[in-house]
Amino acid sequence: MDKSEKKTTTRRDFLFTTSYTVGAVGLGAVIWPLIDQMNPDKAQKALATTEVDISQIEPGKSITVLWRGKPVFLKRRTQEEILEARSVSLNDLPHPEKDEERVKSGKDEWLVMLGVCTHLGCVPLSNKGDYKGWFCPCHGSHYDLSGRIRKGPAPKNMEIPKYEFVDANTIKIG
Amino acid sequence: MSEQEYVPKSKAGKWFNDRLPLLSLASHLTDYPTPKNLNYWWTFGGILTFCLLTQIITGIVLAMHYVAHADLAFASVEHIMRDVNYGWLIRYIHSNGASMFFLAVYIHIFRSLFYGSYKSPREIIWIIGLMIYLLMMAAAFMGYVLPWGQMSFWGATVITNLFSAIPLVGDSITTWLWGAYSVDNPTLTRFFSLHYLIPFLILGLVVLHIWALHVPGNNNPVGIDIKKPSKDTVPFHPYITIKDAFALLLFMIIFAGFVFFAPNVLGHSDNYIQANPMVTPAHIVPEWYLLPFYAILRSVPDKLGGVILMFGAIFILFVLPWLDTSKVRSAVFRPIYRQFFWILIVDVLVLGYVGAMPAEGIYLVLARVGTVYYFLHFIVILPVVGYLEKTEPVPLSISDPVLTGSADYSMAKKDNEKI
Repeated sequence: MDKSEKKTTTRRDFLFTTSYTVGAVGLGAVIWPLIDQMNPDKAQKALATTEVDISQIEPGKSITVLWRGKPVFLKRRTQEEILEARSVSLNDLPHPEKDEERVKSGKDEWLVMLGVCTHLGCVPLSNKGDYKGWFCPCHGSHYDLSGRIRKGPAPKNMEIPKYEFVDANTIKIG
Repeated sequence: MSEQEYVPKSKAGKWFNDRLPLLSLASHLTDYPTPKNLNYWWTFGGILTFCLLTQIITGIVLAMHYVAHADLAFASVEHIMRDVNYGWLIRYIHSNGASMFFLAVYIHIFRSLFYGSYKSPREIIWIIGLMIYLLMMAAAFMGYVLPWGQMSFWGATVITNLFSAIPLVGDSITTWLWGAYSVDNPTLTRFFSLHYLIPFLILGLVVLHIWALHVPGNNNPVGIDIKKPSKDTVPFHPYITIKDAFALLLFMIIFAGFVFFAPNVLGHSDNYIQANPMVTPAHIVPEWYLLPFYAILRSVPDKLGGVILMFGAIFILFVLPWLDTSKVRSAVFRPIYRQFFWILIVDVLVLGYVGAMPAEGIYLVLARVGTVYYFLHFIVILPVVGYLEKTEPVPLSISDPVLTGSADYSMAKKDNEKI
């Protein structure tokens, strides 16, 4: 006993530290599967792309499709609507983004975005609100013709999902 | 707990009690000395126990017929309403039972606020009670999602999206909660699982709540410490049990009134439309018991700020015992606090009202005023009033003012003495 009292680190300290460390790693290894099982499963991830036929959409009209359980707005904008969206000064935007950054170049008339209000996830109504774009009925967020937030509690512009034009009449979302 | 040691009369009882002292526990609960001046505001503990058991029993029965799947849930609830024998009754008891549970818990909480039941030495009882209240809100929210109607779906969407306000990890947390990229079937099945679990967690906390209560004993309308047992106390049984039973009967009449005559008046008709992820109802409202918090959320024009204030409105209650600086417990002897108590009640009612209204115009103004006052009450008014208020003389015992007809102030403690 006398000897061990003089030592600053004993054999027992070493055993405690290593046991706790190994125990903590083991506990983490067991807890992680229990947490991760709640993340989207393979079946959910498999629904990750949707192809949409856009040949029937007239200028000025829009359709809504479901992608990953969320509505996606595909709006074919008229020239006036595009000009109006582009005439806005970036200083007037809570989340400054140019209209050009929100569409594919050369396909300026097509606005493809998640129809999900960035406040608390409701679906905004089209052709409503103070900026002729969308209006969220839940908590009163107004979006413009580029889907950018202009007024209300939403912090961001409506999200642009990953998408591409497969051919002139087909858009692949995801 | 100063009762004398309990010894069972029968030999078998003594044999059993020596090995597992359940009979001692029963004896403690029966003889438990209770202040003799408890009024009817003190009967809500028993009523809440009844509510919890009602929800558990009807819930177990409903789970025998309900199907937790996004394609089948809505139809299975209609199946319960139309096909299952007495299914309509059991479901209406369960859905209205949630409202009755919250009605009772709000009365119970405001009883505590009025009579200072949260103050030393009862802080732990108060905190456990708040944990029960939080679990109740979680259970009620998830339960409302299960019928998979429009309000279920969009209520779940709005509430889970609150977590996306958290910086950096918010979106990952929301996706994790959903188990999908929106509220979907995985969300429904996990909510069902947790909805079934939470009542039993609440039951465990109720045991702790009562255990913690039985250490100092009940507070009472005059809010003074009393000797136990003494001429100021009566045994729990039969005095309190019969009073609780009578109050419970009155409560059950109101409960039955809702179940049989207005079973849908507290619900929302949009929830009889099946969930549709493409269309948001024009006007999303939570159940009535969450409206004040919803009003606080919407009163802030910033997403993260609104979420912080809403949760803050609940979590501030956890430190209430330390925000209230008054040495006197009961508002009966606190002439200034008493008035602020009633203003707070009006404030919460106003918040509840504007929570049900569209967030615009005068309603938005009211919501902001109400929110500011709510926090002002706890952060400024309570600590300051506790210091400045001249409290009225507090009686030495419960019996003295009762027996002499009026309070004998010469017998009374002065407000600067420690109670």
